[in-house]
Amino acid sequence: MKKNSIKTVVAVGIGAALFFVLGRFVNIPSGIPNTNISVQYAVLGMLASMYGPVAGALIGFIGHTLIDLSWGGAPWWSWVLASTAVGAAVGFLGRKLPISEGVFGKKEIISFAVINVIANAVAWLVIAPVLDIAIYAEPAAKVFAQGAMAAVANSVTAVVIGALLCAAYSKTIAGKGSLDAE
Amino acid sequence: MAAKTVLNYLPRRSVVHDLTGTTKLAFFLLFTFAGMLTYDTRVLLGLLLVSLLAFRASRIRVREVRFMLVFMLVFLLMNNFFVFLFNPNQGTEIYGTRHVLLNLPGRFAVTAEELFYLLNITLKYFIALPVAILFISATDPSEFAASLNSIGVSYRVGYSVAIALRYIPDIQRDYHSISQAQQARGVELGKKEPLFTRLKNAAGILLPLILSSLARIDVISNAMELRGFGKNKKRTWYRQRPFARNDYLALVLGALLLALSIVITFYDGNRFYNPFI
Repeated sequence: MKKNSIKTVVAVGIGAALFFVLGRFVNIPSGIPNTNISVQYAVLGMLASMYGPVAGALIGFIGHTLIDLSWGGAPWWSWVLASTAVGAAVGFLGRKLPISEGVFGKKEIISFAVINVIANAVAWLVIAPVLDIAIYAEPAAKVFAQGAMAAVANSVTAVVIGALLCAAYSKTIAGKGSLDAE
Repeated sequence: MAAKTVLNYLPRRSVVHDLTGTTKLAFFLLFTFAGMLTYDTRVLLGLLLVSLLAFRASRIRVREVRFMLVFMLVFLLMNNFFVFLFNPNQGTEIYGTRHVLLNLPGRFAVTAEELFYLLNITLKYFIALPVAILFISATDPSEFAASLNSIGVSYRVGYSVAIALRYIPDIQRDYHSISQAQQARGVELGKKEPLFTRLKNAAGILLPLILSSLARIDVISNAMELRGFGKNKKRTWYRQRPFARNDYLALVLGALLLALSIVITFYDGNRFYNPFI
């Protein structure tokens, strides 16, 4: 949070608010009963690669904690920390993606996709279930099944919607050397 | 507006409301931590009692928070059901004995151990519920950034949380109008569309929301920069209150509960209380 730290503070605030609103009120059926598409992970992926790992982690942490609190109940910390990890990992691996410079071509789309799949796989296949077992002593089969479902759903959402968002956003920014001499 | 606020502050005169935000945050963390660590039924019942007493003292009526209660009960029932479905012998594995109460085909025999284990999971989650509801309903959101800062979180992060709480209703309103406008143009998110189209349509609604949010980030951060935000290492808070006697009492109680629950839970070297041996 050294360079342009005010912007990071605000991006975390607004990002967490977005994460909350999307996670709490937007229900897009995925086709599998009782499983919704969590669009907030697309936005998390995009903002994390734009504002870095610290911002990504905080957006995931604050946003997810607020969602859990709003349902009434203590935050389910294992999954909150998994969201935090997604933000941190995407922010760290994707910090070089030139989205804010208006470049988001094929190459960037592929690396964005790979980064998001890695981050979501680590978070939902490792962090969330392992913490579920450690904190809540739930059966391993159940938490790994839930984790696998979340990993697939969130990766697909983050890659498809996230890439569409990044591509559309980068088009609104005039890139370097986009002026031609006449 | 259809979408009402969900993190609902219910102002009132009560012992709990009079505690500072810092105390409530610290107590909430200590309490949930105690509930998270232990699996000892006796400790869980004790914590439940404290939790219910605190709720009583806040003068918040059950009717006002009924929605959260119903949601949590449904969630807990579903969770218990899945825990049972995936491993009906988790209880036996933990407690080491097996008393079959009801013989069902396959591995789905209902054992006393499994039911006791499910009761513990439910208790574990349920004890946090009244305290969490209090934390949301009895804490003034404007005080929250100050509270975070005073338990040692950097004030920048506190400010981020304050911004999030402040802008949730705005973003909710934006989302609502954008999605209505897009739906009027035929963008559909329901089950009628194939999955990929649904995802693409979701992006169509999200994009205006993201763009307006990014613009908002610029406006707010410029305004904060102009006012010299982040220049000093520390800052003062308009809504911060000094500690009173009750604050110290609540903090001591929270710390004691955590210490007691750790001691009682772990003195026999096991997280679980085993009535079966």
